[in-house]
Amino acid sequence: MNAHQSLAIGQPLETLEAISPAAVEADAMVRFAGISKTYPAYRGKPGVNALQDIDFAIPRGSITGVIGRSGAGKSSLVRLINGLEKPTTGHVIVDNREISALAGRELRLAQRSIGMIFQHFNLLSSRTAADNIALPLEIAGWTKADIKTRVAELLALVGIADKHDRYPSELSGGQKQRVGIARALATRPSVLLSDEATSALDPQTTRAILDLLANINRELGVTIVLITHEMSVVRQLAKDVVVLDAGHVVESGHVADIFTHPRHPITQSFLAEAIGDSLPVSLQSRIVAEPPVGGQAVIRVQVRGAGAGDTLVARLAREFGLDVALLSARIDEIGGQHVGSLVLGIPLGIPGGEGAVTRTLAWLSQYQFSAERLGYVA
Amino acid sequence: MSPELINLIIQATGESLYMVGIAALLGTAFGLPLGVFLATSRKDELFSAPAVNRVLGIVVNATRSTPFIILVVAIIPFTRLIAGTSIGSTAAIVPLVIASTPFIARLVEAAIREVDGGLIETASSFGASPIQIVLKVLIPEALPGLVLALTLAVVSLLGYSAMVGAVGGGGLGDLGIRYGYQRFMPEMMLAVVVVLIALVQLVQSAGDYLARRLNRRLRHR
Repeated sequence: MNAHQSLAIGQPLETLEAISPAAVEADAMVRFAGISKTYPAYRGKPGVNALQDIDFAIPRGSITGVIGRSGAGKSSLVRLINGLEKPTTGHVIVDNREISALAGRELRLAQRSIGMIFQHFNLLSSRTAADNIALPLEIAGWTKADIKTRVAELLALVGIADKHDRYPSELSGGQKQRVGIARALATRPSVLLSDEATSALDPQTTRAILDLLANINRELGVTIVLITHEMSVVRQLAKDVVVLDAGHVVESGHVADIFTHPRHPITQSFLAEAIGDSLPVSLQSRIVAEPPVGGQAVIRVQVRGAGAGDTLVARLAREFGLDVALLSARIDEIGGQHVGSLVLGIPLGIPGGEGAVTRTLAWLSQYQFSAERLGYVA
Repeated sequence: MSPELINLIIQATGESLYMVGIAALLGTAFGLPLGVFLATSRKDELFSAPAVNRVLGIVVNATRSTPFIILVVAIIPFTRLIAGTSIGSTAAIVPLVIASTPFIARLVEAAIREVDGGLIETASSFGASPIQIVLKVLIPEALPGLVLALTLAVVSLLGYSAMVGAVGGGGLGDLGIRYGYQRFMPEMMLAVVVVLIALVQLVQSAGDYLARRLNRRLRHR
């Protein structure tokens, strides 16, 4: 438990807003207030507390990532937004309407302004691409002529105008998801929910689909909620992020802030996956605990922030007159901020070499770099 | 074979087709909705009604486990109520419908349950009503399976229809028993069997063809 987490859990909405700039916007598209969701015990299976003390808001027009491991409550959360499930306690407000209080026809009308895309696309195999896109319009009672015009527009929007008469079995994964996106946008929703929409796609196709979603957000102003277990998806697309773990929101805020200074272990593990925090195998195997004569001390420096670390090696070398070796480095960009680590070798060869290491660490901490000594190499 | 006998075969074939055709139509009319309901009414399903589902399931099983020839005679009063008489081809349609409805319902249930549950959630998520989900998602997606199910039902009905001779229903089976067996005319028995085989082949091929045509556009990966 850390300070941030204990703040985020079980606090009234106002407190959370104070720490989450994303939620401050008065005009939130989606707002969760005091949500919990419990699935009762059934046929010998114990009950499950899927979500607890959920209080946060998704700003209008934003792209917000909801990231968590499987079983963290992501699916329950997204099904609360589109009214497929009701919260056990609390309120879900979407586009100024309390969706959790609606039922029957009213709920179905409200659902037309909430689009959703799925990991496995969920297209009807008996309908062509065009007819799949037409389905929500038929359900909403549009006329044939209006449907025809709208479907043509949507096919063009998602870049598959030539696939009009193709059946899903004749389309690639990426094309299927484009049909899924067009279908989700058919009734001009204000929110688009993406439930692991790229998890079944290869990296290249994933990138293309995420670019398409970014375009849609920019051009149509649709608020996008990305449910995912993949850090790379959040990093590429989202500006705001909510980290879910075991039914709780453990961190939320701007992607750059959260991932440059992850506080909760689950956030840190997502970050480690994304930037790869492990050392190269050949280096790892050479590291020893005792300083060998003429060897180097291995230190790892965390790099966080814009431009941080750009000139670090050169400055170190200049400051101490050392031949600093760059043993390994990984720097990535998340929300415009540099995130990663440098693994440096500080030579011990000269008399008093250990002193150079101590001075280097002191110097680094003076400049707010977090650094640790991993050991020594010969 | 004499022209009289050939005429008998043609007449019996007509009776069989009449009974099976009408029984298949009515059996589908009752069995399709029943099957869809069975497939969608367990707990937390589209038309969640677990108690009704269970009761209907028991009724369906009971009907299906009653031997057809017993069903035919057991429901004679009911048949008379519906058809006005308990003998003849038209009267025979009543037990045929009663036997084929639960059979078709179970086949329909199985075909509907084959449809990916994600599609129901998808349609719900964009505000489809349960009826719209049945008509626009479940039935179209299950169509190839439904066609095969109905083909199987028609073939079974041809078999059942051979037994309604017991109540004067006529048809090919009755002809085979009375002329082929009881009057020792093996050539008549053979002719009846050949016509039945041809009919079954025809129905099955037609059903397969239709299901394949519906399916080809769906899955040629």
